[in-house]
Amino acid sequence: MDGVAQWFLWLHQAHGANFTIFYDAFDSARFLRGIGTTIRLAVVSIVASILVGILGAWLQSHPSRTVRWPVTTYIQFFRNTPPLVQMYFFYFALGPALGTALGSSTPPLGNFAWAVIALSFYGAAFNIEIFRAGLEAVPRATLEAAESMGLSPRQVFLHVVFPLALRFSLPALTSNVINLAKTTSLAYAIAVPETLFVANQIWSDSINVLEMMVSLLIVYNLMVGVIVAAAHWLERRLRMPGYIQ
Amino acid sequence: MKDFGRIPAWGVAAVGVGAVLFISVAHAMATAATDQLGIWQQVWGWTPLILFGPPGVLGGMTLNILISFLAMVIGTMTGVLLGILQLAPAQIVRRTAWGMTQFFRNSPWLVLLFFAMLLLPFELRFGGLRVPVPDWLKATLGLALPVMANLSEVTRGAIRSIPEGQWESCEALGLTRFQTYSRVILPQCVKRMMPPWMNWYALLTMATPLVSIVGVSDAVALTRDALAASGRSDLLIPMYLWLLLWFGLYCYPIALWTQRMERRFAVIS
Repeated sequence: MDGVAQWFLWLHQAHGANFTIFYDAFDSARFLRGIGTTIRLAVVSIVASILVGILGAWLQSHPSRTVRWPVTTYIQFFRNTPPLVQMYFFYFALGPALGTALGSSTPPLGNFAWAVIALSFYGAAFNIEIFRAGLEAVPRATLEAAESMGLSPRQVFLHVVFPLALRFSLPALTSNVINLAKTTSLAYAIAVPETLFVANQIWSDSINVLEMMVSLLIVYNLMVGVIVAAAHWLERRLRMPGYIQ
Repeated sequence: MKDFGRIPAWGVAAVGVGAVLFISVAHAMATAATDQLGIWQQVWGWTPLILFGPPGVLGGMTLNILISFLAMVIGTMTGVLLGILQLAPAQIVRRTAWGMTQFFRNSPWLVLLFFAMLLLPFELRFGGLRVPVPDWLKATLGLALPVMANLSEVTRGAIRSIPEGQWESCEALGLTRFQTYSRVILPQCVKRMMPPWMNWYALLTMATPLVSIVGVSDAVALTRDALAASGRSDLLIPMYLWLLLWFGLYCYPIALWTQRMERRFAVIS
C-alpha cells in the first residue's frame, strides 16, 4: 500500500472521511473506469457533433429552401426540447424500433452508442448555428478583396473564409464543447457506466455520499479545466496579430 | 360473350391479381388506420395525466413549470447577489464569489441535483415542530444552483458593461455603494440582462425533466409510468414525440421572444 492510500485510510479511521476510491482497490478501479467511459463518451460526442455541425452549416448556406428547411427544423427541435427526453426517445423508442426494423432479436446498438448518438445530435444543433454565425462574421469587403485578387471560389473558401470563420466561432464552440462534456452525465439515465453512475454505485455500497459527491464535482471541474486550457492553447496558436484579438 | 372471349387469359389474371392486391392493400391500410386511431386515442387519453399529474396530486408538466418558476426566482436572487459580490471591493469576497460561480457553473446539472437531493435534510425542525421537505422542493434547490452560477456571470458582465462615468457621477453625488447599485447601476443592467436571463429560463425548463431521475413525478416520469402501464411497444415513439412536442411548445416561443429582444436591444457599436 502506497503513501496516498495509507493517508486516506488514516483519514477515514481518524476523522471519518471515507474516500474509498483512494485506498480500496475495487472502488478505485471502477471509479477510474467510470472516468474513462465519461472521457470516451465526451470525445466521441464532441467530434461527431462538430462533424454534423459542419455538415449542417454547409447545408444551411445552400440556396435552395427545401434543403435549408429540414436543417432549420432539426436545429429548433433539438435546441428547444429537453436533452434527457431526447436521450430517452433515442434509447427507449428508436432503439427497439430499429431492432424490429432490422428483424434482429438482440438490440443492434447498445446504450453507449445511443448516448453518443443523442449527445451528438444535441450538440450539433448548437454547433450549426455557431459555425453559421462564424461564416457570416467574415466581412464582405474581405471576400471582395479575395475575389479581386483572382482567387477561385474554392480558394476563397479554403484560404480566406474558413480560417477566419474558424477563429470567429472558437469562443462559442468552446462553451458548447464544455456544455456537451457536462451533459455526458445524462447517460446515467440509460445506465451507461460513466462517472456519475459508478459514483452512485460506490456511495450505495460504501455509504459515503458526501465524499463521493466532492470527488465527483472535482472530477467534472478538472475536466472542464482541461477543455478550457486546451481551448486557450488553440486560440493562442491560431491568433492572427492585428486581426482578431 | 364473344367479346369476353377476345380478352386474353393474362388480362383476366392481371385484373384478378390487381383486385386481390387492391383489396389486401386497402385492408392493410384500414387496419393500419384503426391502429393509428388506437395509438392516437391512447396518447390523447394519457395526456391529462402527463400535463396535470394524477387528480389532486402535484405532478406532471405543471410541476415542471412550477419547479422552473421557483428555481428561477431563487437562482436569480442568489445569482444577482453573487454577481455583485464578484465585483466587491474586498479581494477575499471577490475571490470567494468568483470561485463559487466557477464551481457551480462547471458542474453538470444532474450532479448538482443529486448533491441537493442527497445532502439536504428531508425535514426541518423548528424547536418541536417538524416540517417535512418534499422531494420536489429539494430538486428545485438543486436546479437553482447552476442557474445561480450562470446568472452570477451574466450580472457581472452587465455591471461591467455600464460606462465608468456612471460610477464616477454617483461618487461625485455622494451616493453610497448600496444607493449606486440600487438607483443607478442595476436599473440600467435590467435591459441588458433580459435576453440572457430568458435564455437561462428556457435552459432551466429543459433541465427540469432531470428531476424524474431522482424520483419526482414530473411529466417525464409520468410518461414512463404510462408507457409501462399500457405495455404497448407501438406507443413508445408517439408518446416520447408527444412529450417532446409539449416541451417544444413551451420553450420555442420563449426562444423566439429572446431572439427578438436581442435584436431590439443590440448595442450598435
